[in-house]
Amino acid sequence: MPSEDDGPTSTHDASILEAIRSALSDEMERNERVVVLGMDVGRLGGVFRATQGLQSRFGPDRVVDTPMSEGAIVGASLGLAIGGMVPVAEIQFLGFTHQAYHQIGFQLARYRFRSRGRYHAQVTIRAPFGGGTRTPEFHADSLEAQFTQTPGISVVCPAFPDDAKGMLLTAIRDPDPVMYLEPQRIYRTVRGSVPNGDYTVPFGVSRVVREGTDITLVAWSAAVHLCLLAADQLAEEGVSALVLDLRSIVPLDVEGLVRAVVKTRKAIVVHEAPLTGGFGAEVVATLHEEAFGALDAPVARVASCDTPYPPGALEDYYLPSLDRILLAVRTTLHASG
Amino acid sequence: MPAADTGLADLDRLPKTETNVISLLDDRGSLADGFAELLTPDQIGQAMRLMLLSRAIDDRVTKLQRLGRAGTYSPVHGQEATVVGSALALDPARDWMVPASREQPAMIRHGLPLDRLLAGYMGKINFSRIPDNVRLLPRNQSIASQLPHAVGLAWALKLRHVAGVVLVYFGDGASSEGDFHEAMNLAGVQSVPLIFVLINNQFAISTPVAKQAAVTNLAVRAAGYGFPGFTVDGNDLFAVYAATQWAVMRALAGGGPTLIEARTYRVGFHNTSDNPKDYRDEVEVTAAVARDPIERLRKYATGVGAWSTDIEIRTMKGIASELESAYLRAVAVPRPGPGDIFEHTAASLSTRVRRQRRQVKGEEDNG
Repeated sequence: MPSEDDGPTSTHDASILEAIRSALSDEMERNERVVVLGMDVGRLGGVFRATQGLQSRFGPDRVVDTPMSEGAIVGASLGLAIGGMVPVAEIQFLGFTHQAYHQIGFQLARYRFRSRGRYHAQVTIRAPFGGGTRTPEFHADSLEAQFTQTPGISVVCPAFPDDAKGMLLTAIRDPDPVMYLEPQRIYRTVRGSVPNGDYTVPFGVSRVVREGTDITLVAWSAAVHLCLLAADQLAEEGVSALVLDLRSIVPLDVEGLVRAVVKTRKAIVVHEAPLTGGFGAEVVATLHEEAFGALDAPVARVASCDTPYPPGALEDYYLPSLDRILLAVRTTLHASG
Repeated sequence: MPAADTGLADLDRLPKTETNVISLLDDRGSLADGFAELLTPDQIGQAMRLMLLSRAIDDRVTKLQRLGRAGTYSPVHGQEATVVGSALALDPARDWMVPASREQPAMIRHGLPLDRLLAGYMGKINFSRIPDNVRLLPRNQSIASQLPHAVGLAWALKLRHVAGVVLVYFGDGASSEGDFHEAMNLAGVQSVPLIFVLINNQFAISTPVAKQAAVTNLAVRAAGYGFPGFTVDGNDLFAVYAATQWAVMRALAGGGPTLIEARTYRVGFHNTSDNPKDYRDEVEVTAAVARDPIERLRKYATGVGAWSTDIEIRTMKGIASELESAYLRAVAVPRPGPGDIFEHTAASLSTRVRRQRRQVKGEEDNG
């Protein structure tokens, strides 16, 4: 099976959304045990159309419109997996996983452990998230760090179409549960070349999306693209910024993170979740433990405010912005002398 | 009546009390006319043995807990007819059982070896693993969380065209949880082969069922989900068996889910950390003890020649010896070690977790 390590292969151009849709379709074609379930995923094809066309192709038994019932979508997915199916559940927005949090963190994530390996939960939960689209309340919250406190489930956040495909296929085939978090703001706007055929990307391997020598900008999901913009601007100022896309936060690529930061000796971490208890704190602590001697300056965090997610009209003040990233970079460069 | 869907019409034939509770075997051990063939003498003997074994397990594990040799234990005492009667209506080679946490004899009847059951209470986590050929899910301490799992499992059987049903146990307290509603609703919509057995034992720890729900008949809730629900006398092995059998046949025939409320009484404590004297009157308990499900079946079985004092003495001897040897086997299993924290957490461990394992096991950390 080709993977990203196999070098050049034939590709096609696709958006993140298109890459997700075709990966789902291809895997359903390959494996008849794969079922898609969630609210509005059937005839409508999902509120973002990620599952468009799947029901007409695979039928209503394999692409199932469920009741508005997040807990049952996840809990039943666990039962389906125990019964030999391979469910790919969609939670319409990550903010609504709170209504299934116990089923995700305390049932899906623990079932292998609780049953001492008798059962495992080969379940993928897809959920779009992230701000900047002026959505109503709960539709933009970045809750990814919450699922890092319920061990037993991977948390992955692709930011590019090729990773969207490769990581979704890895997720569906993973014998253990995966939170596959989709960057809704850039679903359609970020396009790229996607390898054709069967293509997987392993979890726990970060990706240097832009090389640099002066500072490392660490991010995942849509924030990676904000960091790329920042790196463009910094380049004009003569600062060479490395942009590291973690891609998965559980498992975390500690080695890749340390390698990038040791190279630039300075780093910041950017995420859309609130600052306190965000995964950026884990990144900083990890660098502190693993690369303290290599750091020329404290690792700064650029995150959303420790407030409830504000209405769309105010979210630009709340979310990390290009200006705040640039300010953090300049402060870090200054602190290092 | 949905019974017509499946050609099963006998539910209406089952005698009911004036409060609409299906009841076949009364407190005096007298069986309603026409049901003598419902259970064979062998099945009655098997049920008696399982119920007596259950009570012996209650006594043994409670004592072990008091001695510090077992963890928290929830006795079945008082509810034996509910769990044994329902379990007997299943085919362990075909059907799945999803327990809550107080259905020990049902789990044993479904195939869980006694030594593995005991080992679970004794912290022998690996030995207590459910064997691969037993269609049973682990006990679940998060009340009602197992209900959506049972729906999914039954749904998988349906999607894969595998013959079989799923039976899930839960309590009156669980029926107040959101998972109950979500699971019942999805089960109805997908018409999955599932039997919801609501064990109404009158208490969620100390909270009486009257504070759990504004309806007195919890079975009526099934109507809101589009499938049948009815209440049975949970201390009546015959009633529980007949109702479950009806629901199993209906599910196998593609008729979908059923809710059975088995009305019983938790004679024992909630668990070994609980003291029920703090919240309920002894008078009430005495009345419940007088309706003991084992005594009721014993009277009937003795009357029809399927049981006797001699059989009981022999059975109790057999149970004592079975329990002792199972206990000794469980004792002999080594205690889990620190490395077991990391076993069965994932198919593959991350570098970070592998390092934690080395640290916890006291091994040299080479990064």
